[in-house]
Amino acid sequence: MTTIASAQTQQARSGTRRMINVAMPTIGYTILVIFALIQILPFLFTISNSFKCLPAIQSYPQSLVPVPPVDVTCEPTIIDDAGRERKTVLPADETSKELTFNPTLDGYREIFDQKLPRWLFNTAFVSLGVMFLRLLFDSLAGYSLARLKFPGNRIIFFFVLSLLMIPGIVLLLPRFILLKEIGLLNSYPALIIPFSASLFGVFLMKQFFESIPKELEEAAMVDGAGRFTIFFRLILPISTPAMTALAIFSFQGMWNEFLQVLLLVSSKSELWTLPLGLSFLRGEFGEQLRWHSFLAGSVITTLPLALIFFMFQRYFVEGVSYTGLKG
Amino acid sequence: MIDEKSPISESVPTIPPQKVTTMRTTKFEETVAGYLFLAPALIIFVVFLVIPLVMAVYISFTDWNGITPLRDDDAFETIGDDNYQQLLTQEGRRQTRFFTAVKNTTYYVIGVVPTQTLIALILAVIVNQKWLKARGTFRTIAYLPSITSSVVISIVFLWLFSRGGLVNAFIELLYPSYGDKAINWTDDSTGVFHWVLKQFGVTRADVGDWASEKHYGLRTWDWISGPSVTMLMIMILNTWTTIGTLMVIFLAALQNIPSYVYEAAAIDGANIWQIFRKVTVPLLRPTTFFVITLGLIGCFQVFDQVYIIGGGDATLTVAVLVYRNAFGTGSNMGLATATAMILFVIIFIFTVLQRRFFGGERANW
Repeated sequence: MTTIASAQTQQARSGTRRMINVAMPTIGYTILVIFALIQILPFLFTISNSFKCLPAIQSYPQSLVPVPPVDVTCEPTIIDDAGRERKTVLPADETSKELTFNPTLDGYREIFDQKLPRWLFNTAFVSLGVMFLRLLFDSLAGYSLARLKFPGNRIIFFFVLSLLMIPGIVLLLPRFILLKEIGLLNSYPALIIPFSASLFGVFLMKQFFESIPKELEEAAMVDGAGRFTIFFRLILPISTPAMTALAIFSFQGMWNEFLQVLLLVSSKSELWTLPLGLSFLRGEFGEQLRWHSFLAGSVITTLPLALIFFMFQRYFVEGVSYTGLKG
Repeated sequence: MIDEKSPISESVPTIPPQKVTTMRTTKFEETVAGYLFLAPALIIFVVFLVIPLVMAVYISFTDWNGITPLRDDDAFETIGDDNYQQLLTQEGRRQTRFFTAVKNTTYYVIGVVPTQTLIALILAVIVNQKWLKARGTFRTIAYLPSITSSVVISIVFLWLFSRGGLVNAFIELLYPSYGDKAINWTDDSTGVFHWVLKQFGVTRADVGDWASEKHYGLRTWDWISGPSVTMLMIMILNTWTTIGTLMVIFLAALQNIPSYVYEAAAIDGANIWQIFRKVTVPLLRPTTFFVITLGLIGCFQVFDQVYIIGGGDATLTVAVLVYRNAFGTGSNMGLATATAMILFVIIFIFTVLQRRFFGGERANW
């Protein structure tokens, strides 16, 4: 009796289990696909609309497929009845149909006429500067804290840790005041020097160096190598994973930084970075937003990071996991 | 910093401490090298972190306008805790603005932090399932918004959520009658709770005098407004942006849970929900608290998106108020630094509470 009953429950249970085995992936995939669409569609719409004429951006249904003629003029010059030359805006249906549209570079041209090339250069220059200095300073400090024994080592480490508690917003204004008082405001150094070492970077490098076997250095020391030689010739070459993660985070962080840049260089447009430039355009255009040039600017700002992301994806993910696990 | 008992840290290789026997490096040389290696980073930290912090504390007790050079004799006077009183206790415009910002930020944090944590957790659990194909693709797509500039995302969302934008077009697709009363996402200061109450015909006049009583510069009715419609849009934006990062953090932690744990639970007859509830969630505890702390700290300081999209008091957050107090009309650096210091204290309290009560022995960066 009992065996039959238990066999029945067993059967019922395995039936449920089978149902679950089918249902779970179905539900799971559905959720993930919806989520993936939500995450990716804004990017796709941005890219396709950055190649459209302004009125076509607002038209429905949204067209996504570019077809010839390529690089149409969105505002052709025509001669009106009185014989005067004047610019007209092409109506949406002249350049876009249900699913297709005639791509144009108008938005890109317009944003390049703003100081975009300059902003692009500034962003790259500042991001690279910060990245290289951080790689050097953070790894040096991390190595010192991880491996060198000297009085004050532990105290300095706890000092660094406690500084991590300070939220950025608190330091914002006094840092601005400090740079203003020493006359560095509105200069490249203002965008590079304060950010040339990072607490997180020091911590990350320290953690990494501690995972390197000590025997390596001991062997080198027996051979008579000094600390500097060991660090630059032996340790750094085998630290590529951590260094790459740090490089990517530093570069990305500075490339996208907005608030600090806004405070430190906003009154000198030659020094603006891409995010700052775009934000000022938003203010300038006001309600009459020139969406095609805005979206073109967005694409240009995002593209370099997206390329780096696809090339070094592993390090992004590892870096994030690292902060999560070791944090 | 590593919680020795957590299952996650077990996979971190630890090297047994060994006595370093060096014959040539003397103690003195090692000390010199140690400080030389540390010097550049340490100088940067002292000059651009420690000194500013001390300055911030000091300036918050002065009436410095931020424009007169500090070297001038009459640049500022120390005025005690006057700035703090104007913000916190003294009735007036400054108090009203400060508590408006506190209210908005609070709704923002309450809305965003649990939502993004929960969604990220659920997604990470799904992505971690054995039957899933294309795991890498999902992870890549999820992470993409995290590498994008906040300014770019704000501009793109401003476009997507504009009155005639794609989001409204999509809603209209689902509800054809929606077109007449399309929501003006990017510029609507109505509180969401007020809006809901209004659908039931409830306004401030209906609920009695208590709603008009002022507490900390705001009427009770205004305190219960909920986030404004525009704020709601910014909340959606930031949730959208952050989920990817948080999901990757959760996923990394999940992958460190050995599969025999699940197998053991399955053999004991636990169903999927029980496994999630009694195995996954407890094992993810440290990670969850890390993610929540990260979320709290980030959300309390929200600035970029509000600066680009918002305007006016309905989207004013504390971080934006710090900026406005410093550089807006009638600016006062003393008041602005005091505002920042209060925000610091709020964040600090939350961090400490989180550590103390939830035992998440993780620092916050």
